[in-house]
Amino acid sequence: MSRAHFWRNFARVSFLCLVASFVLAPMLATALGGFKSNAELRMNAFALPESWNTAFYASIITDPGFWRYLGNSMLISVATVILTLLVGAAAAYVFAQIKFFGSKMLFSYLLLGLMFPFATAILPLFIKVRDIGLLDTYWAVILPQTAFGLSLAILLFRTFFEQLPKELFEAAYLDGCSYVRFFWRFTLPLSTPILATVGVFVFVQSWNNFLLPLVVLNSRDAFTWPLGLMQFRGEFVTEWNRTLAFVTLTILPAIAFFFAAQKYIVAGLTGGAVKG
Amino acid sequence: MSLSEIPALAPVAGPKSRPLRKKGSGGRLTAILLLLPPALILFSLFVILPLTESGYYAFFDWNGYGQPENFVGLRNFEQVVGHGVFHTALGNTAKIVIASLLIQMPLALFLALLIYRKTPTNSLFRLIFFVPYILAEVAAGLIWSFVFDGNYGVTASLAQSMGIENFFILADRDWAFVAVLTVVIWKYFGFHMMIYIAALQGVPEDMIEAAQIEGANKVQIVRYVQIPQIKPAIIVSAFFAIIGSLQVFDVIIPLTNGGPSNQTHTIVTYLYTFGLTRMKIGFGSAIGVLLFIAAVGVAIFYQRIFMKGAKA
Repeated sequence: MSRAHFWRNFARVSFLCLVASFVLAPMLATALGGFKSNAELRMNAFALPESWNTAFYASIITDPGFWRYLGNSMLISVATVILTLLVGAAAAYVFAQIKFFGSKMLFSYLLLGLMFPFATAILPLFIKVRDIGLLDTYWAVILPQTAFGLSLAILLFRTFFEQLPKELFEAAYLDGCSYVRFFWRFTLPLSTPILATVGVFVFVQSWNNFLLPLVVLNSRDAFTWPLGLMQFRGEFVTEWNRTLAFVTLTILPAIAFFFAAQKYIVAGLTGGAVKG
Repeated sequence: MSLSEIPALAPVAGPKSRPLRKKGSGGRLTAILLLLPPALILFSLFVILPLTESGYYAFFDWNGYGQPENFVGLRNFEQVVGHGVFHTALGNTAKIVIASLLIQMPLALFLALLIYRKTPTNSLFRLIFFVPYILAEVAAGLIWSFVFDGNYGVTASLAQSMGIENFFILADRDWAFVAVLTVVIWKYFGFHMMIYIAALQGVPEDMIEAAQIEGANKVQIVRYVQIPQIKPAIIVSAFFAIIGSLQVFDVIIPLTNGGPSNQTHTIVTYLYTFGLTRMKIGFGSAIGVLLFIAAVGVAIFYQRIFMKGAKA
């Protein structure tokens, strides 16, 4: 029995290792590739480089464009998170606390965004952003991104707000606290777990977003890092090592961020994510 | 922060001498008028309005400048539906749906069954399998375009070690899309696995023990206890798989950019390439409308059939 158990576990772990290598090998080959010469790249994608050539990594790190792209992405992502949390929580609070005529209808209206892909509206969105004069600005990414993220945020926030103890509100209310004040002073501070979950989720979505920035940002100065990466690849098409160094330098922080915030990421994604 | 910390915030409640308000005030109207409009305006302006405009523009031949004036009725739709590349894109999107449902989901479920119990080794595997999901699609696409590069990549090393000629899978009309499917599965299986793990951890342990006592073996427990118990999670994950498959875009651009000879387009890359980069706004909007109908169709179908009782 215990021998059978051992072999079953052995088979299980072997299979898991096999899948893990399928997952990790491409990333490993990428990180190593950034240290290799073209000749070495041709020989064996997995072999360690004969001499660790840091020139490619260094050339990316010292490139102001690289930092510009990262900075743009950071700014856009942080702004999207703040805006989504504030605007989404405010609306969700009204739906959770106040019953009024038409509230159900408005709530369903705001949830419509869960039903269809972002891409269905991308062309008119481009026209709209252009006509308002936002093309090539951070707002061209922040505002539509926020708007599309609102549905999920409001859904998650409302569920959470409804679970906050009603007695708290009644006590504050008797003391003359208004709804708006209560939202600021109590609901938001008490909701840090869900704010963190949604915030991390929105951040990752924004940080990785490609289609919207691709459509509404034209000049390099405004590029987010995925656009910068594509542009870079186009320019250095024969030099894989540079591109691999660039990719590695952008995925390492992403992986580090994931391990730091995994609790919230997993909660946010399994709580209702949009891609698959 | 947990709810038990609430008393710490109590001092904010203020002096007791403040007059009690009449029931039903407390600034209800102020709250509604102050807190709700930002969301409504943003959502209407950047989601609902573009969506309805898509339905309008689709009936015009318009390059995006000035006003749409050249009304062409259903001609844009006829052109899309009659376009060979659209058929390829549609077929490819269908292939992604099928691969997601028949390869990715069973793989994810199998892995979830292997590692849903909370042990340190299992947690490690869980995290590893989930890493591709948090990578940007563009990064994933570029990583794999290196892997598949016949001159430099992993396939080049493989070809060399097996002593066969270099092959360029991304340039092969018949095989390029297989490469795309590989990347899609690599990128997203961890997400579905996480949904199943969360659900499997919710299956009561005594149900499994009871089945064991009655003599059920491992396979029977999976089949008759665990899978029925996590059915709602499977339904939700299939929904995400289908809706997600409809919008695959980011991965394709760095990987194949729709090529070779337009063989690897999906609906969204088709929309982008033939609608936006050529500024055929009416034509592109017609594609958007078709995509919208497909997505809403799936959502409504799903609501009707599966999600009556289950929470979505």
